[in-house]
Amino acid sequence: MKPAPFEYAAPENVEEVLELLGEHGEEAKVLAGGQSLGPLLNMRLATPGVLVDINRVEGLSYLRSGDDVLAVGALARQRSIERSISIPRRWPLLHQAAPYIGHVAIRNRGTICGSLAHADPAAELPAVAVALGARLRIRSARGGREVEAGDFFVNYMTTDLAPDELLVEARFPPLPPRTGTSWKEVARRHGDFALVGVAAVVTLARDGRCERVRLVYTGVAPTPFEAGDAEEMLSGESPTRELFGEAAERAARDCEPGSDVHASAAYRRHLVRVLTKRALGEAVRRAREEG
Amino acid sequence: MERRRTIRLTVNGIRYEREVEVRKTLADFLRYDLGLKGTHVGCEHGVCGACTVMLGDASVRSCILYAVQADGQEVLTVEGLSSPEGPLHPLQQAFHEHHGLQCGFCTPGFLMSALELLAEKQNPGEEEIREALSGNLCRCTGYEGIVEAVRAADRTWDRG
Repeated sequence: MKPAPFEYAAPENVEEVLELLGEHGEEAKVLAGGQSLGPLLNMRLATPGVLVDINRVEGLSYLRSGDDVLAVGALARQRSIERSISIPRRWPLLHQAAPYIGHVAIRNRGTICGSLAHADPAAELPAVAVALGARLRIRSARGGREVEAGDFFVNYMTTDLAPDELLVEARFPPLPPRTGTSWKEVARRHGDFALVGVAAVVTLARDGRCERVRLVYTGVAPTPFEAGDAEEMLSGESPTRELFGEAAERAARDCEPGSDVHASAAYRRHLVRVLTKRALGEAVRRAREEG
Repeated sequence: MERRRTIRLTVNGIRYEREVEVRKTLADFLRYDLGLKGTHVGCEHGVCGACTVMLGDASVRSCILYAVQADGQEVLTVEGLSSPEGPLHPLQQAFHEHHGLQCGFCTPGFLMSALELLAEKQNPGEEEIREALSGNLCRCTGYEGIVEAVRAADRTWDRG
């Protein structure tokens, strides 16, 4: 299988990238890691006229952790999450989810921002970005803007990005004190797309009650699914297994999984119940360890 | 912008300069332009791992990478693990001794994934080995021998 013919450009700075995207619009596709785009091209599910390869652009590969934010450049590879010293401690959810993103050879090449821009509802990073309240910096020849991850994902593999725009940076805020996180997923083979995955972020108040809970799922809706009702029900309450069970029921009730060759909707709902309880239990335990 | 491009890269220590179509995958470039047919092409969408090679220090799927993307870089394929005169690379020797190959189609990919794992880590546990190899499919279901071979190579490979 070969991709349909395309024109190829390998610009060396962001301005040139934006110029090319402005010029070719819908016809152009950005090539970063290519771990999702490559299969689409090989199977001819996508036949862009122009590939704009950003791998030669200087200064986009950074993963910068400052006091107030983790800034991830457009070319930072998924594997760099695993190798970072500060991420496991300060942005643990990213580190917990990272080993589930494809396989090592995929993560070596795949980029964090690329996974967000591709917006596969089964992918880990979009759900993680929503759960952590990431902000996405977007540029085009027309100017720059910033979008919250929660507003970025519009539909199945569709984002808020216009054809001439480039996602140049994802910014992850630090976790509040007394916060624990957990990533849980079920896949047929380690590294394959998950049937269902869940990110849990729990902040405990000083008295041990849940102050704020976020539950975001993959695989159960066209975009990362946030179980708002379950989150709300938990806030202000003392975390107990019974309560986790109730939250899991609400999440399973509210999500909209589909059936496909991999799993039925009923099985996906079952996984939502099981994984919600596990993720909440682990996140609360970790939040308590945070003191 | 162009449909063909001249690339310069080093494969298994040898420098090449070739003009290629920009849509040619690195796997096809290695196989058909350079004649290095040890890199196998299975699923062609990044699932089976048979086309795994090293690009610089990192394993990559050469079926979903274009040859133009390797311009200016170093590639290591299974042919580069040892010379035809031998001796075999410790990983190859271990696959031979521990029945780590059956039909052999998936073997080059397994060798490259295992190479990356063992280069990064000494004495990995069985779980770590299985996870590192999870991106490579063996249709003969020969995983036991493969895992055993990686363990053996870990013991015999003098990385120094």
